[in-house]
Parts: sequence; C-alpha cells; structure tokens
Amino acid sequence: MHRIEVSLKPEWPDPKGNGVCHDIQDLGITSVSEVRVIDVYWLEGNLSDSEVLTISGELLSDQIIQTFKYDANCPLAEADGFSAIEVTYNAGVTDPVQETILKAISDLGIKGITAARTAKRYLLKGEISADELKTIGNKLLINPIVQHVVTSSSNPFPPNPEYTFKLKKIDLLAEKLKDNMASLGKEYSLSHQELSVIYEHYLKLGRAPTDAELETLAQTWSEHCCHKTFKAMLDYDGQIINNLLKQTIAKATAELNKPWCLSVFVDNSGVIEFNDEWGVCFKAETHNHPSAVEPYGGAATGIGGVIRDILGTGLAAKPIANTDVFCFGPPDLAEDKLPPGVLHPRRVFKGVRSGVADYGNRMGIPTVNGAVLFDERYTANPLVYCGTIGLIPKKYALPGKQSAGDLVVLIGGRTGRDGIHGVTFASGELNDRSTELSFTAVQIGNAIVEKRMLDTLLQARDRELFVRITDCGGGGLSSAVGEMAESTGVKIYLDKVPLKYSGLTYSEIWISESQERMLLAVNKEKLGEILALFESEGVEASVIGEFTSDRHLKLFYQDHQVADLQMNFLHNGRPQLELRATHHKTRHPEADFDCPKDFETELKNILSHWNVCSREWIIRQYDHEVQGGSVLKAMVGAENDGPGDAAVIRPVLGSKKAVVISNGINPSYADVDAYNMAASAIDEALRQIIAVGGNLERVALLDNFSWGNASRPESLGDLVHACQACHDLSLVFGTPFISGKDSLNNEFRYEDKLITIPHTLLISAIGVMEDGDKAISMDFKKSGNLIYIVGKTAEELGGSHYFKNHSFIGNRAPAVNAKRAKENMQALSCATAGGLVAACHDLSEGGLGVTAAEMAFSGKLGAHIRLADVPLAEKIEREDYILFSESNSRFLVEVAPKHQAEFEKLMSGCDFGLVGEVMSEPSLEITGRDGKEILLNTPVSELKEAWQRPMRW
Amino acid sequence: MSKVKTLILRTPGTNCDVETSYAFELAGSETELVHINKLLAKPSLLSEFQIMAFPGGFGYGDDLGAGRVLANEVRLKLGEKISRFHESGGLIIGICNGFQALVKTGILPGPMKDGQKITLTDNNSGRFECRWTYLSVNPFSTCVFTQGLDRLYLPVAHGEGKLLGSPEVINKLNSAVYYTDKDGKRNAPYPANPAGTLMDIAGIADESGRIFALMPHPERFVRGSQHPRWTGEGLKKEGDGLKIFTNAVKWAREV
Repeated sequence: MHRIEVSLKPEWPDPKGNGVCHDIQDLGITSVSEVRVIDVYWLEGNLSDSEVLTISGELLSDQIIQTFKYDANCPLAEADGFSAIEVTYNAGVTDPVQETILKAISDLGIKGITAARTAKRYLLKGEISADELKTIGNKLLINPIVQHVVTSSSNPFPPNPEYTFKLKKIDLLAEKLKDNMASLGKEYSLSHQELSVIYEHYLKLGRAPTDAELETLAQTWSEHCCHKTFKAMLDYDGQIINNLLKQTIAKATAELNKPWCLSVFVDNSGVIEFNDEWGVCFKAETHNHPSAVEPYGGAATGIGGVIRDILGTGLAAKPIANTDVFCFGPPDLAEDKLPPGVLHPRRVFKGVRSGVADYGNRMGIPTVNGAVLFDERYTANPLVYCGTIGLIPKKYALPGKQSAGDLVVLIGGRTGRDGIHGVTFASGELNDRSTELSFTAVQIGNAIVEKRMLDTLLQARDRELFVRITDCGGGGLSSAVGEMAESTGVKIYLDKVPLKYSGLTYSEIWISESQERMLLAVNKEKLGEILALFESEGVEASVIGEFTSDRHLKLFYQDHQVADLQMNFLHNGRPQLELRATHHKTRHPEADFDCPKDFETELKNILSHWNVCSREWIIRQYDHEVQGGSVLKAMVGAENDGPGDAAVIRPVLGSKKAVVISNGINPSYADVDAYNMAASAIDEALRQIIAVGGNLERVALLDNFSWGNASRPESLGDLVHACQACHDLSLVFGTPFISGKDSLNNEFRYEDKLITIPHTLLISAIGVMEDGDKAISMDFKKSGNLIYIVGKTAEELGGSHYFKNHSFIGNRAPAVNAKRAKENMQALSCATAGGLVAACHDLSEGGLGVTAAEMAFSGKLGAHIRLADVPLAEKIEREDYILFSESNSRFLVEVAPKHQAEFEKLMSGCDFGLVGEVMSEPSLEITGRDGKEILLNTPVSELKEAWQRPMRW
Repeated sequence: MSKVKTLILRTPGTNCDVETSYAFELAGSETELVHINKLLAKPSLLSEFQIMAFPGGFGYGDDLGAGRVLANEVRLKLGEKISRFHESGGLIIGICNGFQALVKTGILPGPMKDGQKITLTDNNSGRFECRWTYLSVNPFSTCVFTQGLDRLYLPVAHGEGKLLGSPEVINKLNSAVYYTDKDGKRNAPYPANPAGTLMDIAGIADESGRIFALMPHPERFVRGSQHPRWTGEGLKKEGDGLKIFTNAVKWAREV
C-alpha cells in the first residue's frame, strides 16, 4: 500500500481551508487561526517507487501550486504547530473518486494498480483543546454515517467478506406458533395486516417464502413505493373515501381532460405538450430522511434520483432544469435547543445545498429556481424537495412495452451495499438513534456516472435500441423489475449484476439502492448495437435477465431459484389500508398588539426574516445558465440581485417558445387551515407564472405532500382537506395535476417528546409561453411609471410573517377565490402579452410592504405607495394589516403612463387600483388611509441591506 | 467554398457541448460532437476540421482538480495530433473546463513540450460561483478570436478559476481578456474578478493567437434574452459572446 499526501505550497492561501476555518468560527470556537486541507491518497497494487512518483507528480498534484509527500510508512504524526484530523469514508461506502483515479493511472500507462481510496487531512493551527478538536470533528468534519477518523491502525483496504450461497426461508407457520409475527413484521417493515395476507398466501401455496420474496413484498408495498395512505379506504367522519388520490387530485385531471396532457400519473413523471415535436415532463421528489442523517449524500442522491425519473420517463427524456425547495430548522437555532442525535440546521442546510449543487452542476443541468423555508419543527426532519424538468420528443412520451423474450439490461453504476432498506427507512419515523441505525440507507452519488449514462441513453433512444426504460430508485432492482415486468413476467439472474465488491447476498443485490442505475428492456436483435454504444462511452451494461410471459417474478442466483412471486399477488395482493380521518380546527389566540408607530422597523424585520431574506448565497453556487436556455433568471434587476418570480427558459435553442417554472409553498398557513394552505400554494405557483408574463392556458401542476404523521385521524383529516383544495382549484383554474409524491412520516421522537413538522405541500407548476421575449421581470424600470395593485386585500394575516414577528399565529389564513383570481390573472396576462407591463411581482410573504420594497430596491428606484387606493375585500381598520396582509391572488404592476388607458381598459371588470408611482429618488414612501400621513419613508438601500444581511455568509 | 467545420470534444462530464455547438452554428460553422473515445480510436478525424473546441463542464468529475484527468489523457494520447492540427493552421478554443484542461496539458500558454506553466485553481471565495462579469479585450493581443472586440459582458460559472503562476510566466502571457468593473477599469475588487485571478486575466492565447481559452462562457450569451437585464435594458439583437465564434469561423474560412 502507498500513501501520498498532496498539499498546497505554503506560499499560496488555501480557500478550502479558509472556508473550514470560517465554519469553525460559526461553531463558536475562536482558537483556530488557520486551516490547511491536505488530500490523502492510498494506492493498493504492485507499483514501483518511480511509478508512484509519476502518479503523484503528474496526476495527483498540481506542480505549480502543490507539493506531495510520498512515504510508504504512512506517517500520521501531527505536523508542527498544527493539530490534525484525518477523515476517510467507512468501509463499504463508495469512494466516488476511486474510479477516476484508476482510469487516470491507466492513462499514464501504469498497470499494477488494484484499488484507491482518498482521505482529507485537516491541519488546524492554534491552541486547540482536546474537547474543541472533538467538537470540530463531530460537528463539522466527520459524519459517522459515512466517515471515520483515520488512526495509525486504520486499514483503508479491509478485506471484503466472501459470500457463500445459502437459501434463506422464513417459516411463517413456525414464526406464528412462536408468536413472533410482530418482530418479523418489524424486521421487514410489514404491517400486521400485510403479514397476515402473506401468511395466508403462502399457506395456500404450501411452502415458506424466501427472504427475497418477503423483501420484494416489503419494498413494493412500502408507503414510499405505493402510497398506501393515499390509496386507503378512509372513513372521514362517516364519509367513505375510497382512494383519496383518485377521488380528488386525479379526478380533477380526468375531468379537465386536457388534450395537451400527454402522460399523467402513469410514469416516472408527467408529460405535457410543448410544441408539435416536443413534450416537457416534470417531477419533484423528496429525499427527507437520508438528508436528515447525511445532508450532503442524501441531497445529492435526491437530485440524482429525480434526474433518473426524468431519464426514465416515456422512452427517456433529457433533463433541462432543476428546481429545489428546502425546509430546515432556523440557521441560528441555539445549540441547547437541538434534540439529541440531530445535526444542527446550519450544517444540514450547508450540506444539502452543496450536495444538490455539486450533483446538479456536474450533471450540467441548470438549477433555475427554488425556495428555502425555515421553521423550528423542521430541525429534526428537514425536507428536501428536488424537481427536474425534461424535454422529450412527443413520439417517445409514453412508457414503452416489452415482449416475452426481450432482455433485461442493467446499465450505469455498480451495485453495493449502499442504500439497503432505503424505502422502508424513508417510510418510517426518525428517532434519536436514526443516525446510528441507518448507515446503509444512505447512498453516495457519483454524478459523472449518471452523466455518462444520460449522454448514451439519449443516443440509444434516438436510434430506438430499447423498448422500455425505468430507473432504479427506491427499492432498487426489486421495485424497478417488479414494476416493469408486471404485465409479462421476468427471470432475473442476480449473480449477473455487477458488484462494487464481493460479499453481497442475493437479497442484498436485489434490494440495494446503489445510485446511477437504469433498467432497460432490449430486443435481442438490438443487443449487440446497444452494448457497443454503451461501451464506446464507458457505460457498464449487463444483461441480467429476460422477460417471460408467465406473469411470475423469478429470481435465480448461481442456478438456484431464490424467489418465485406471482405478479398478481405482488401488485394486487396488498390489503387496502383502512384509516379514520376527522375534521378538526385548532383555535389560536387572536393577535393582540397595537398598530405600531414605526412601520420602517416592522418592514425591515420582515425583510430580514429567514423566510424572506435574499437567497443569493445559495443561488450563486448553482450553475443556473448551463445549456444556454436562460431567459429569466432567479436573480434579476439593476444589479442582478433582485428576487425573480418564476424562471423562464428556452429548452429548444433555436425556438423562442419557452417554459415557465414556479413553486408555491406555505406551511405556516397549515397551522390555521390545511385547505387554505393548499389553496395558497397553488395560487402562489400560478401567480408567479402570471407575474413573469405567462398565462394559464397550458399550465400543469405537481403535488408533493410532506406530512408529520398521516395515521392520526386529525392529521389525516387535514390531508383530506388539502387534497380537496387541490381538486377544487385545479378544476377552476383549469390547471391539471400531472404527477405527485408524498412523504407522510416526518416525526421525530426522543425521550417523551414528539416533534411533528407542519403540514407541508409543495405545488410546482410548469407552463408554456409562446414567446420568451415577452417575459417581464419584477424590478421597477423607470421613474414616473404608474404602480397598480391587482386583486383585493382582506384581513388575512393568520400564519403571516407579520403575525409571526409578533409571536402570533392567528385564525384566518389567506383564502383563494379561484374564480375571481382566474379572471384577474387572465386579464393581467393579456396586458403583459400586449407589452403594457414594465414590471410585475406577486404579493406573498410580507404582503404589499415587502413586494413594493423588493421591486424598488431591485430596480434601484424609489416608489410612492398610497394605502388609501388599495382595493379592499372588506373594511380593514388597521393600516399595518393592509400593508402586511398576505391575501392571495394579488400583484403589483408597473405600467408606463402612455399605456395607462389601454391597461385600465383591459383590466376593467377586474379588481385593481392605481396605488402609486415609481420615483427617481431611491426611497420607498408609503402614505396612510387618510392620504396624508407618511407611514414610512426609507431609502431603498436600507431596505435592501435588511433583506441581504441575514444570509450574507 | 466548403463550410468551416468545428469539432466539439465531449468527455465524461462535458456539459456545455450542445450550446457551444449551437454558438458555432450561429456563427456559420458546421459542427460535430465527438466523444474523446472516438477521437482516441481514430485521431486522424481531427484533420477534417478547422476548429477544435474544448467546452465547459466537469471532465471526469474534476475529481483530481479541474481538468486534470482530461488534460493527462489529451497530453499523453492526443498531444502530437493536436500539435500537428495547430501547426497546420487549426484554431483551438477552450471554455471554462476547457481552459483548465488546456492549461494543465501545457497547450496554453504553450508550447506543449515545455509542460504546464500556470494553473487554474480554487476561487478565493472557496466556492463555485455563477455570475456575470465585465471584460475588456487586450487590443495588443494577437488572439484571433478577440480581434476587433473591445468590451464584453459574459457569465462565469466555476469553482476553480483563479489563474496562478510565477510572475515571470504571468508577465509574458498573451492575455486576451481581462475582468473589469462596469466601466471597463481593471483592478476592480471582488466580485468583478470573481476568482481573484492574477492580473485580472480572464482568458489567454498562445503565441500564435490561434489557441484561445477563457473562464467566462461566450456560448451562454449569443442571443439578447440571455442577458440578465434584457427586460430592463432592452433586447439586443445578439449576445456579446457570439462575436468570438464569428471571429473564429471567419478566420478559418479566410485561411
């Protein structure tokens, strides 16, 4: 074994080390004055000293700025004046760099290398106590789920255990006699009812199931894979709802029956028509639990997974944009408020952000927009939603079909022990031991493996070399094969699956969730051509089985049959859940504080709220322009730093036609009313599309539910309400749902406490815009222009940020009058399409006050706003309520005086008011109801500072 | 006269190949995306082209430093072919990851036989940044790609864009584009020079002027609505970056 250390020459500053040093200071540790990061490589194999020197000098180090140290004796002694912590991946965790090192060494013409591992060695300067060193290690540098500290006795290349085949059967009869069914259920994450059905099934067959069979059933029947709560038989206060999804969300889509919906609810993502030639597809997923225990890896594999959903749509789509929405605990959460075994929100946030960015950037997919929300209840259960949009030729939009005799081809990454039991982990609740118990449930991604797969798959699609595709996601092969072969049957030879290392049992191979794998059905005649294509770009592809016609799932390992499941039982045998739901209403104390005198401070406090402040720190670290389609970016305005609404991109480079992408999410309102929370999320997503110049003509929605616990009747009642809102609004707006996802177990239990996340529904919207050149941005453009508000304001501050800042929740969340909203939106769309609108921004968190401030400072212009001219839905006594109400369906619109008459004519019959003017003097002035009193007159630079300061990290 | 042909090199992790190809097509060239394995199998392919492009991305994941693995592969397996391509009048452009690879092969500043002389490494901020930058073109540079250009506005998107090297080498570089502030002045503070690169150098050419590479992405600004402020400042007919491609195609056509 050879060990090489690569470090920067001392004369060069170390930006990575500086970053770590900064993070250490964030922990409150001030004794560290400098950090240097050293890259450590271990090489295993028969290498001569001169070969190791060549590798070190020409490959592992950059001679201009780095030096290397090569010492066969593996020195771990601490460097002078520095304390050292060296961190490497645990055995069994994929080192994502190994493959590249082996390839690059072979490029150098060096043959003897067999394995490579990497580590990071952190040198910390200063008088650091042992306790501080431990804290730095535990809170910052090491995640025990995937990493450990290297000591002199560490062996980077531990031998992998060999595996000798032994068929494992589970004698259900004996287990039942032993009264052991409960613990068996726990082991396989099967409910009592499910296990009983399985017991009866095998009793009829007259044999015991194998472990692989039980695992297959457990994976396929998991909440993650089959959404059993949504498909349950609900007793909702006496009303029977058979399959909530079908009775609400999918029902609206069916009723709307839009001809431009090409594929809904049947595939890995939903597809709508873009133009005569192309369709666009969209899917958003959650990767919550893995991100809670290993933020970087969890989030990276979350984005990797949703990208594969797009690749696995129809006969493969090209991913063209990502959109990410995160919910975390507050970044400034006091350490003593952190539940045991939980990572600090700041660490989760930073890890998730870099996981998503590293993967998305490497894949060459622009991250075009997103959202981040903070609430203490997300501390132990962060939510990580990753969405991807794809472009697909219309003729390939529908899922393919295989025939008996077609081959099962597995492509992409190799299979390891990573991610085993991921879906059953994701379907259960987290607790303070989750980080210890779940190490195999976390995967490490490798974006380049997926990128290679993407490049070759699109070529294979265009040459029609496969007849069907799906991704290996949750449940691994067991889910992918089981789903794909449902209509035919299949034989799989598990020993043909390429492995990362030896020692995996046949069951582990079957359920592993190793990343970057896709499954294809290939006609025998095309096999040679497709294998050659994959080989030409270095993508591993293996035939692992064959489709049959007997509707059985048969698994083999080295000529032994290890499973034989009837497809009918696997897919239709699951007993339907029966659940009780009830309606309830939580009453909160009514807001009780006087109308403040100092509006300026109130406005600044909302602008500085974690949920409102600038996200530039995150956005700049995503590549949001790759692929060249950008039309409206996430940051807009005079200094490229204002908060844009929806993103607009042109997916086909030669065409002006564009897609518009937005998100709506409002968990705060759920504390008041789940129906209005869901309605508000839909309204917000649509508002953003309208705000950038889009229209409602061709807009499709995704639903993504994250609930604390859907098995409690009250909580399930709220879910019913939210689904009803989705149904109702979808119908009125004429915007069908095309795909969705849910994660219904986001509770954290410790000691005698239970933390439940707020009900969170992410609505993602995608629309088509005829001409991207007609898009508008939210920054004010010219002094002297008129400012209109569209939509009426009501005293709806329940769950608002204004109330939050005064420690109230309230009891009236913003509602949506969808019919009226639609009329207003359609008229506004006509105005923007006609070129009458210079800027438009929707009103959301912080209401009129925040929107006016954002438009002004983004445009580096001032504005005068008159509350007296704001159209109200009802009498509102308090001016602070008018300014900060979060009523839905409202916009602030900038119109040049020359377009005044035409704009007002187009909007006649709608709710709107001329509330102000854009000013060259760069301050925001707001006058009160009497038309005279100046409530606020503040330089926009101060407002901008309040908005930018919190996350200027 | 036959059309100019541009080879766009693809490697595992290249991700700006399609828009780079589109930019060259807008500029009047025919293009072909060629995977490195195909070129390795048949290096003589190169002689069918007048321009070769190393697009942006994360070649081999940038696992051992940006562009390093790709650079070694190109240097060891294609070095001679590329030298011949260049000597016979071919043009080479590297963008972002392509710049990093060209520097690490030694092709830039060149000659390749002298090995790597400069490097591109971690941004001062320690993180990946995607932002728009103002650039000025060095009027004294012999760079073919920037002839007749003055000021440019282009986005960068990189984590390792800081150009470093010994003062003797840096002073002798054929610098073609510099980071500036909005008014075209050099020595502007962060984020004008986003990586903190020496002498504000954003792009360099070799001695011949026919090999050019830069960190900013000209292919991301070929049409007006890619500009971050087109909704406020008006829609330009074409983007600043397009001229770099038209210059190259024009030069290749005329030779």
